[in-house]
Amino acid sequence: MKKTGILLSAMFFALSAMAQGYQIGDVAEDFRLLNVDGRYVSMADFPDAKGFIVIFSCNHCPYVVAYEDRMIELHNEFAPKGFPVIAINPNDSIAQPQDSYSRMIVRAREKNFPFPYLLDADQSIYPKFGATRTPHVFLLRRDGANLRVAYIGAIDDNYQDATAVQERFLANAIHAVKNGKTPDPAVTRAIGCTIKTR
Amino acid sequence: MAFLRFSLLLLVFSFLSFSFSPAIYAGEIKVYTFDEFEYRLYQEDDNIYVVNFWATWCAPCVKEIPDFEKLNATYKDRGLKVLFVSLDFPGQLESRVVPFVERMNMQAEVVLLNDPRANRWIPRVSEKWTGSIPATLIYAKGFREFYEREFTFEELEEIIKPLL
Repeated sequence: MKKTGILLSAMFFALSAMAQGYQIGDVAEDFRLLNVDGRYVSMADFPDAKGFIVIFSCNHCPYVVAYEDRMIELHNEFAPKGFPVIAINPNDSIAQPQDSYSRMIVRAREKNFPFPYLLDADQSIYPKFGATRTPHVFLLRRDGANLRVAYIGAIDDNYQDATAVQERFLANAIHAVKNGKTPDPAVTRAIGCTIKTR
Repeated sequence: MAFLRFSLLLLVFSFLSFSFSPAIYAGEIKVYTFDEFEYRLYQEDDNIYVVNFWATWCAPCVKEIPDFEKLNATYKDRGLKVLFVSLDFPGQLESRVVPFVERMNMQAEVVLLNDPRANRWIPRVSEKWTGSIPATLIYAKGFREFYEREFTFEELEEIIKPLL
């Protein structure tokens, strides 16, 4: 009886952990999602990457728009150092027509995104990560054959004004990872748009 | 000379009014930093406070505003206060928020939270909040609950009825 209880509570914890998505240190699964250039992209396509800056993003959200230029700068700064940006739109296009695949193509062209901008078409990837909003950043670091979550949260501490940023949370986290250290803070919070589902 | 004196006076006056009033007014909408705003999450009286975090650009927020308005209208005489906290960009207060509030004929109090360092203040609203909106804090004597979700009038009513 006691054993059943322990088993049940273990199952409960496993389930609730799944519902919450990845925690710091968890291994992130690869994905295969359609890019705005019509090709499918997986993390396995970047064998030389030391990690990834996975950003759940979209077209419509003003908080995303406020960060788009900074996303481009982050890619240009860190892709040559082994940490490319991969943006993923998790929104359902019926619930949020502005975030349809065709509108993603338009936005990627307008902003000339240097990074893949992928569509989580069946909305199966964002729950695995535990993304709850756009923008929502997950920094992954390579650990042998695995990619582990090293940082979750915001790009920096000021969505309104890039010039008034005091702490570059994500950039600091990448520097920590590159030096074999644990990012501090490893988790930050930011206001964002809910992920749209039907 | 007179003009200069007037300008100086104006300058001094605007400086004084700026330094002595923490909140700026735009119509009826007060603008707060989080430090200025925080006490409104901890009022110790007999009222029920329903604090809704929203923005004009947030579609699910806009959808539920009439339900919060109805809650406020139905129960305000019994000590319930709805407070709408806009997270719109402060530069859009006049161009977006004020016209929106007028168009929706919002009767409950609306304030704007102008504090970009969200990582610092989100946990001070609730440790449970990941940062998406809509989000709502409901509190009263002996009750405090945070919800990162959408609401209907009926769902809100179910929570506040035992607190009346």
